[in-house]
Order: sequence, then structure tokens, then C-alpha cells
Amino acid sequence: MLDQSYYDKTDEIIAVYGRKPSSLIPIMHDIQDTYRYLPGELLTYVAGQIGITEAKAYSVATFYENFSFEPKGKYVIKVCDGTACHVRKSTPVREYLCKELKLDDNKHTTDDLMFTVETVSCLGACGLAPALMVNDAVYSKMTPEKAADMLQDLRGREQKEQEGGSEE
Amino acid sequence: MRLESRAQAIAYRDQCLENIAQETCRILICGGTGCLAGGAGVLYQKFMKLVEGTDTRVQIGAEIAHLGVHKSGCHGFCEMGPLVRIEPYHFLYLKVQPEDCEEIFRETVLGGRPVERLMYHQEDKIYPTQEEIPFYARQTRVVLEHCGHIDAEHIDAAIAAGAYEAFAKALFTMTSEEIIKVVSDSGLRGRGGAGFPTGKKWSQVARQAEKTRYVVCNGDEGDPGAFMDRSIMEGDPHRMIEGMMIAAVATGAQEGYIYVRAEYPLAVERLKMAIAQAEELGMLGDHILGTDFSFHLHINRGAGAFVCGEGSALTGSIEGNRGMPRVKPPRTVEQGLWGKPTVLNNVETYANVPMIIMRGAEWFRSIGTEGSPGTKAFALTGNVCNTGLIEVPMGTTLREIVFDIGGGIKDGGTFKAVQTGGPSGGCLTKEHLDEPLDFESIKKFGSIIGSGGLVVMDNHTCMVEVARFFMSFTQRESCGKCVPCREGTKRMLEILERIVAGKGEEDDLYMLDEIGNMIKNMALCGLGKSAPLPVLSTMRYFREEYEEHIFQHKCRAHVCTAMQKYVIDPDLCKGCTKCARNCPVGAISGKVKEPHRIDSDKCIKCGACMSSCNFKAISVEA
Amino acid sequence: MGKIIIDGMEVEFTNEKNLLTIIKKAGIDIPTLCYIDELSTVGDCRMCTVEDDKGRMFASCSEEPRDGMVIFTNTRRLRKYRKLIIELLLAAHCQDCNTCSKNGDCRLQHMARRYGIMNVRFSDYRERLPQDHSSPSIIRDPNKCILCGNCVRVCEELEGIGAINFSKRGSEARVTPAFGKSIAETDCVGCGQCRVFCPTGAISIHHHRSWVWDALEDPELRVVAQVAPAVRVALGDAFEIPEGENVMGRIVNVLHRMGFDEVYDTTYGADLTIVEETKEFLERIESGKNLPLLTSCCPAWVKFVGEQFPEFIDNVSTCRSPQGMQSATVKEYFRDPANNPDGRKTVMVSIMPCTAKKMEKERENSYTRGEKDTDYVITSMELIEMITTSGIDFKNLDPEASDIPFGFGSGGGVIFGVSGGVTEAVLRNLTEGHSKEVLHNIVISGVRSDSAVREFTVNYKGTDLNICVVSGLAKARQIMEQVRSGEKKFHFIEVMACPGGCIMGGGQPIKIGRPHVQNRQEGIYRSDKMASVKKCGDNPMVLSLYGGFLKGKEHLLLHNSKFCAKNFR
Repeated sequence: MLDQSYYDKTDEIIAVYGRKPSSLIPIMHDIQDTYRYLPGELLTYVAGQIGITEAKAYSVATFYENFSFEPKGKYVIKVCDGTACHVRKSTPVREYLCKELKLDDNKHTTDDLMFTVETVSCLGACGLAPALMVNDAVYSKMTPEKAADMLQDLRGREQKEQEGGSEE
Repeated sequence: MRLESRAQAIAYRDQCLENIAQETCRILICGGTGCLAGGAGVLYQKFMKLVEGTDTRVQIGAEIAHLGVHKSGCHGFCEMGPLVRIEPYHFLYLKVQPEDCEEIFRETVLGGRPVERLMYHQEDKIYPTQEEIPFYARQTRVVLEHCGHIDAEHIDAAIAAGAYEAFAKALFTMTSEEIIKVVSDSGLRGRGGAGFPTGKKWSQVARQAEKTRYVVCNGDEGDPGAFMDRSIMEGDPHRMIEGMMIAAVATGAQEGYIYVRAEYPLAVERLKMAIAQAEELGMLGDHILGTDFSFHLHINRGAGAFVCGEGSALTGSIEGNRGMPRVKPPRTVEQGLWGKPTVLNNVETYANVPMIIMRGAEWFRSIGTEGSPGTKAFALTGNVCNTGLIEVPMGTTLREIVFDIGGGIKDGGTFKAVQTGGPSGGCLTKEHLDEPLDFESIKKFGSIIGSGGLVVMDNHTCMVEVARFFMSFTQRESCGKCVPCREGTKRMLEILERIVAGKGEEDDLYMLDEIGNMIKNMALCGLGKSAPLPVLSTMRYFREEYEEHIFQHKCRAHVCTAMQKYVIDPDLCKGCTKCARNCPVGAISGKVKEPHRIDSDKCIKCGACMSSCNFKAISVEA
Repeated sequence: MGKIIIDGMEVEFTNEKNLLTIIKKAGIDIPTLCYIDELSTVGDCRMCTVEDDKGRMFASCSEEPRDGMVIFTNTRRLRKYRKLIIELLLAAHCQDCNTCSKNGDCRLQHMARRYGIMNVRFSDYRERLPQDHSSPSIIRDPNKCILCGNCVRVCEELEGIGAINFSKRGSEARVTPAFGKSIAETDCVGCGQCRVFCPTGAISIHHHRSWVWDALEDPELRVVAQVAPAVRVALGDAFEIPEGENVMGRIVNVLHRMGFDEVYDTTYGADLTIVEETKEFLERIESGKNLPLLTSCCPAWVKFVGEQFPEFIDNVSTCRSPQGMQSATVKEYFRDPANNPDGRKTVMVSIMPCTAKKMEKERENSYTRGEKDTDYVITSMELIEMITTSGIDFKNLDPEASDIPFGFGSGGGVIFGVSGGVTEAVLRNLTEGHSKEVLHNIVISGVRSDSAVREFTVNYKGTDLNICVVSGLAKARQIMEQVRSGEKKFHFIEVMACPGGCIMGGGQPIKIGRPHVQNRQEGIYRSDKMASVKKCGDNPMVLSLYGGFLKGKEHLLLHNSKFCAKNFR
């Protein structure tokens, strides 16, 4: 069960886009941006609020790759497997990340909810192939070695944040 | 401030020009996605700090210069990023690192002197300005003329460069018919793939009985290997917005939507800024420039579905539905968004419009070929030396693009093919190198221009694997609505996966052909109909590679791991047993101090033996 | 307007909306799995693709006819591609045809035969999913789904429910309720229209035949049947009997032969309903309260009101449905030892055109004196299967009359089977006399028409009564929203969930299209003509019951003490 704050926040988001069926996708985007996933209860709630059936909302949400009913990691790593990245060997990078983070085709998010690894069709950063994106930042010309450095860097950042947090 | 008339707009432009002229020395840091990824953001901070530390007016030689630091859009030369351009010298510095900033500042900004080590070199020649670099010198940058040269985050920079002049001309001096006539006469064809005449589309919308109309921009550049539209949205958003506004004037639309794919957060951000700034100036909104014309622009973020690049799927997605193509008729021009007549063009098409209005149809027709006038932006990627965004006249040959602009094949490989049109296209080979690239000719060879991705492939690329890659893409992105695409691509992928895994069967090529042609003829939407093209095209030009995979279990490009065979050279093997101990599956046998052997049935091709061998006795046979 | 050359034959067309219709008109059975005239055109299956003289291929369902077109519907390429499409569909479909409820009746199977598919070269890649038996009305077997989406469109476009939709995309796409819930957890009203439009066995009737067979063999039980009006004009479809022919006499015969002790006619229950509902209607007009009166015969509609328009619950007639009244009355009758000397337990088997009745009988208010009124509901389809199992030559049976006292019904009761019938029966009951002219005036009041929504006004003793007859819940939703907003005011609204009424119910033999609706409609109206008593209130058996054991029990047996839409167990 989600607490009331989730519904309050969702009401705020709905207010931005209006109670109409066409607001569904922008609302789902904002909910997911807020919680890093799309809680199913909120989707049902939104459907009722904007006047569409639950089945329709579910249908739209599952059509698009971006929406996830499972919580995603704090760092969402999107490994590009566009043509340019593919011919410049993006597969080993993804394989390295999955191996290192103990993820596979069915498991995309680490148990500590820190990392999610996804494959995307093209980031449009083909000049930087192979590329990947961590949240909104693009990393260029990746190799498994550079991916290792990147993970270390992100983990370091995380550790610092936590230490910083404990000092407060 | 709000501009209430054309005169005010002209006055505002003059003021912008004046303001910009104040900055006699400008540092333009490329703020395209590529360069930002390479650390351009840090460079920007660094230059800002450096400028802060000085008076913004500095002495350069005898002159006083006003300094400006700006984030520009993509220059297109992504391979060499991060890029920094210094005006008024047109110097372009490549691969700039934070530690280079002080030197640039000291030498060029304050001293007016070049930093040669950061300039483009080729065969010992230094190319100090961007315009001289072969990558640019051979291009005709019309649509991209301002990308990289203006501040992409401030409308004033765009206005100083001429933005919204064409719109004002259209709004104040032209009728709807006149606008459509110029666009029709120019021969502009849609840059999104199919090449439909833009003027014809607009006139079809304009003559609908229904008066509520929409202008929609397709910024869902989904083809892997394409980023032209992204660069325009990020680098010169006002040009595209202006094109949409002209379309709105021509067709009487009051509402516009820009659909941007989810993977382009920077484009969304820049467009939001651009719209907000244009609204503030009164260039967008109600009663634009004091007239009765009102136009409101909305941004819709995609959510990760390639098929939304298809027109009816895109409008469906804006309406809040699954992005699934629908049957036509009715067509989008008749019943598009919300069932109303809709102009739907892609980013590059709209970006072409302002200059057609300004310079006329004749000028536009003077570029490119008879049937395909104008230029085309291409994303040149893959195994080519200079990857990046280029713009050339339609009809430029593949050879000019790959070898003259692209600098040839990377790392000494040999040219094999160019994939055009992404997952909806096919490949062009050596025999097509001297063919002009335009809508008609490329179609003859079984491919399409598509949105403009050019992926160069060399002898290290396996064409069967490439076909598998594209099929896996279309299969994953199929909306699932019609049977041919949903089930057909699934089965084609199964067969291709089998072939690259060394388990191809005799009938497989026949089956690929049968299913491929069925999809091509029977699928519901354009994307579905073109889904088998990469396979059919590679089967047409590289059939022997398929046959080698199936019958000889051989991959000439050494890509398909299943085809690889690890062997130990008995002359080099010392019998140290290290490989056997490292093999995770016990595939290596042999007595101490005698040459070892690899059982290829057991071998999983992990390569552990090869990397452990101290005598380089293990190699891979294709 | 113009001419099209189809396979070398010149065919004229006028205002047909697509090429497919013209091809069909030309006498060519163009294959399709997803095109349905009543629904939106989606063009999913691509089977109706045709080729023109320039070798272009396009789906005929979505092609605008143009004068001078030259079309080929059966070329080498088309046969090859259609065959491949069917093969691909079969490959992604669990092929347990022998044990499938649709065996022999399946459109996919039919196409496979038609295109001569002798083997399937691909293996099924889809994960086997469990069947959904949660609904008392229908069973969903996702493994048999070919994703044509007919069910999704029917549920949304005709019924306005949208209980199911597509999820995911591409080869992972499935039809499912939200979040993979079971049907019982959705707003499904059990109308079964999805089953009517499903080309395969992916949606089938939740059948209860074996319980009925068991009951028939149990000597301790008195097994009683009631047969709904709509069943008699559809059952013949399965036995090479002309469409729409009333086969009630043969049904009575076959049921007797199968071992039913008594065979009654639900038109009797319908007559009771009209008597009660007319009373109720007059009371409400008098008091002005709870208007419009909403009919309560259709259980799918009742559930719909309860869930979608709960503020109108008090407007729903408190009358039980004809099935409910009939069962309760029959059971009460046999509770009297005088009528049940051997003390057998009575089992009521209700034979219905309807899948939602299976849900209705489970509702809490379908019980009297703690006993279930209706024990089993079997649909027309299930009865057909039982007849086939029994081996009885149905077609050549002699007709028999149903048993008294609950086997005699009026014409007003029979017309319950069509949309507008309840209203017409009420109007007859409200009107003095039963001359031809009186009846004709009612017919032309607007109650009978082809449209799904009929709004008309009749005058009753100086008061104008605004009446609305709707079939299809999507249309009902529109009307109810107009009523809610105050845009429209009615005194009486009759709603049947199935388009055309019970004759097109979810449990009937599958017939799609206007001509079939008309055949069944005409069959019902013919039966009305043949009835010696036209007005429900004139039924002598009903009158004698009111004078007899029903006295004082009207409320107990004929009305619902509380509204109950959803609470089936």
C-alpha cells in the first residue's frame, strides 16, 4: 500500500496536465521521474481520474519501453545498441556491466536498487559509439575497462553522499 | 518584452545584432550531446571562470574586445569533440581538455594567436579554421548553417542570425496559397524517410473542410544510427519552430505539437527554452506580432517506442494511446491528430522551410538534383575515420561522403558497405560508390534514404550479423498489431539467429525470402513493410556470406563467435598445460611437454586459453 | 458510385464504405479474421489483402472503393502470402484443436483448411499461460488468442466496458485485463459478446453441461427446465433448420426425451415481470420518484448500473428478471407437498441465450428461503452440445407443448427476446384493449426500429411518457451520461447489453451481421403473432396464479429486497 503522499503528489501532477485521456503519457512520465518507477496503484488511480479504463492505462503503460512497474535503480544505465554502437562493439560493454552487477536478461536492477542496466535502441550519440547514458549523462566511446571506471566512480560518489549524509 | 508588430521585430533584431557585435571575441563551446559527453560542460565552467577573472573588455593587440562565452549546438564533428570555436578567427579546437582552457584563453582569447596543437591535422597540414577542414569544406551546410555557430540557448542569438524573418515575411506579405506555392515549387520533399512532397501535403491540409488543424513535428528520430534531427533541435531549435509556424500560417493551424523521443533529454530542454523565450517575445502565443495569428506549441516526450516515428502512431501517442499505426485512409492530412487535418513533417523538413521562404524556390532548386532538390543531413557513423553530422547536396556520391568527408575507413580496413535508412533501409556496396544519393536512385538499389543514417561497414563487419541486428531491432520494436510484422519478424529473427549460431539449415534462405516478401507486401504500415529490407538487401548483395555461414560454418569477418574455431599450433605449443588448466570446460587435452589439442565440440569460445598462452600458440580460425 | 472489376467481373458499387464489402457483395468470401462491420476497422490480420492491376497490394477492409479499380482477390502471390499468415498464426497458437470448444467452428481452423496448410514449419515460442475460469460466464484461454483484438473492440466499442486490452507489444503482446488480473476482478458484465466475436477458442462459454447430465440421472431430483424466448429462434442454426425458425416445440420434445421432468417457458416469467413492472412503473409515475425506471431483466446491464452509475441504483426496477421470477415461483410451487407428493428436490435448469445469466443466478438476491432459485444456467450453445451428445435427431423431432402451469406465455413475453420487447410488452399492458389496431399503434410508436437507441414519446392517460430503448452498453453509457447531466429526461429506459437484444446473446450460436439479427427478430415477431394471448397481463395462467398461491408472496418471489449487482460468489 502506498501512503497518502503518493496520491497527493499524483494529484499535483494530474493538475498540471489536466483531467483528460491525452494527459496519460505525460502524467506517467512525471510519476516515473518522481519515483523512478510507475507504481501500479497510481496508474489505476490516474486512469480513474482522467476517465479511461484501467485496462487501457495498463495497455498504454506496457506498450512503451520507458515505463516500469518495478522500482528502477538510482542510476539507470542505458547501454546503446544502435547500429553505430553495435558495429563498434557495444555488446561487450553491456555484458561486462551485467556480469559485474550480477544482472541478466530478466533481472535489470540490482538488489540494492542502485543500478539498472537497460539496452536502448539508439541514443542518437552515434558519433560517440559505443555510447551509454547514466540517467541523463552520456558516456562516450565505452569499453569494458571504461565501464569499470565509470562504475567505480558512481559507487565512489554514492559512498561520499552517504558519508556526507551521516555527518549531517 | 513583447513584440507587437513587424517593425518592432525588425528593431529587435537590429538590437540583437548590435549586442552581439559588442562581443568582439566569442568562445563557443559545443553543447551538443556528443561534446557534453566528452566534458564540454566542464570546459564551459572553466571558461566562465577565466572570463570572470578578467574585465570582459580586454585588449587584443591594438583593439578592445568584449568577451562572450556561449554554449552552441552540435558542430557535427563528434569524433573530434569536445570542440571549441573562437570567433572572430573561426578557429576550431578539437578534443579540448580542461587543462587546455588556460592556454586557449591566454593565447587566442587574449593574444589572438592560434594554439596549433589543438587544430585539425592531416598529413602534416594544419587546418586552423573550421571552414578549411576537409570534413567541412566538402559539405554544403544550409540547414545546419547555424548549428555550432550560435548560442543554442538564447533566442537573441538566433534572431541575430535571422530567425523568424521568414515567418514575418510569410505572415505579413504572403497568402496561404503563396506560401504553399513557394514550398511546392521548391520541390522540398519530406526528410523523414518517404520523401513525400511537402508543398503537396500542406495544400492537402489547407483544402480540408474542417477548419481546426494541427501542425505536428516528428522529432521521434528512432532509426538507430541517426541523429540529424537531434542536432537541429539541440543546436538551432528556432529554425525548426519557425518552419512549423510557417506551416501553421499556410494551413491555418493554431496549435502545434513537437514529439521528441525520450532518449533526447537535451533536445527537450533546449526546445522548452526556445518555446518559453519565443513566447516571452510574443513570437508564439496569441496575436503574434500584433496580428490575428495565434499559435501555441506543445512538446510531447516519447516513451520508448520506435514505431511512434510512423505518422499515425505518433499522433496516436500524442492522444494518449498505444503508439500503433492505423489503417489508411483516412490519411493524416485528412484526419490526423484528434481526427483533424494535420501537417506532419519531421524536424529537418521544417528546418528547410524558413530559407525557402527567404531565398525562394529557385535558389532551393539550384541545390541538389532535379527530383530531389536541396541538401540532406546525414549522420555518418560506423567504421569511418570522421564520424559526425554532415550536410551535402542531394545527389552527392557515396564516395565523396565516405572517403572525402568521412576520411575513409577507420584503422586501415576496407570498405564493404554502407547501411542507409536504418532498420527500414538496406545497404549500398562498392558498386554503388559512384552513384548519386537521392530519393530515386537509392530506391533502385533496394534501399531508402530514410531519415539519413549512414553506417559505414568494413571487412570486419559480418553482413549476416548486421541483418540479424536489424531484425532483432524491428522485432523488438514491432507494435504487434498486424500479423505479418508481429509474427513474420519474429520468425525471420529466429532463422537469422540460427544462421549466426552456426545452425543454419538449407531452407533458411528460401524461408527468409518468403517471409520477407510477405511482410513487404502485406504489413499494415510503412515501418512494417520495410522491416525485412535490411535482410532482403544483404541477401541480395552478400548472399555468399549467408551461404558461407550456413554451408561452411564460416564467418569471413570473424564476428560470429559460433563460427570461430580455436586451434593450437603444434609447432609453437610447448606443452606447458597452462591452457588446459585455464579452460573452464575441459576442452583442452594433451600430455606435458607435448602439443595440446582443443576439442571444438566442447569449446565454448571464451578465449581464456588464448589469453593465458605465453607462447602465442593459440589462434582463432574463422 | 462506379464500377470495379473484381477478378474480371464487373461489379457496381454505390456508397459501400470499403472494398471488402463490395467484394463480398460480388459473392466472393474474402478471408478475414478481424474485420467486423459493426466495429472499427483495424486491418490487423491482413488476410483480406488484394492485388490491383499494377501489382500493388492493399487490405480491402481499409481501401476506399474508386471507380475503375481493377482488383484480383485470388492470385498466386495472395494465396502464398495468406497461407503464410495462417501458418504464422497457427505456429503461435496452441493447436489442441481436438479438445477445443471451438473445434469445427473456429475461423482460424477453417482458414487453415481453406488454404491447404499441411504442416507448420515453426514452433510455438509463446509461454503457456493459465486459463482464466474466474468468471461464471466466460473462460479465457490466452494460448488460443491470435491478437485480432475483436474482443477488445467489442468490449470497448459496443459494450463501453473496456475490461480487457492489449498489453506490451510485438510478439509479446497479449490481450489481458489490467495487471494480469482475472476477469472476475474487472468490470466485466459477463455479456459474452467477446466470445461471439472471437474467431478462435480463446474466449468460450463457461459451460455447466455435466452438472445437468448428472442431475438428470439422479432419481431423487425433479429436474425442471425453463427456456428463454430468444433460444427458440437460434437453436435451429445448429441443425440445418432455416434461420429464425421457432423450434420451441422441438426443444420441449428433446428436453423431455433427455429426461427433464417438466419443461416450462420463460415467457411465463416474462409475463409476471411485465405485470409487476407495469405496476411499479405506474407507482413511480404517480409518485414521481426514481424516474426514469430502469429495466432489470438484463443482468449485464444491472451489474453495469451498479458499478458505473451507482447513483441510479434506486432507479433500477425491483422486479426480478423473468428467469428469477420463473425459478422462484416454480420452486415455491413444488415446495407445497400437494404439488410434490413424492417429496423430490426440485432442480431448476435455465436455458438461456445469455452468459450473464450464469452470473445473475449466483447473486445474493437470487435466493429464496435460503435456497438458490436457479440451479444451473446453460446457454443455447450448451443445449446444442447436449442434444448432439444425446444423438437425438433434433431436426426431425415432432413439436411438443410445454408443461403447465408455467409453460404458457403471452406474445408480450416472447418479444422479450428482442431489444424493445420489454418496452413493447409494458406498453401493451398499459394500453386498453388488444385489437389489431391497438397493437399496431404500439408497433409504430418507435419501439421497433433497427437503431441501437430508440427515443420516443407515448401518451398515457394525458401524460407524455418519454421512453428510451437501448441495446449495447456503450450506447447505454451515453444515454445514462445524458440523463445524469440532465440533458435528457426519460420516464422509462430499457437496456439490453447485447446489440439487438437477447436473440444476439453471448450464449447463442454465432451469427454476425445485420441479416442474421433480422432473421431472429422476425422469428420472434412471428411467434408473437402466433400467440393467442398478446398482453402479458391477459395470460390466464398468470391471472390464476395471482389469485392462487402467489397471493401475498409477490414481494418474496418476484422482487429483489435489495439491489445486488456484483456480489456473486
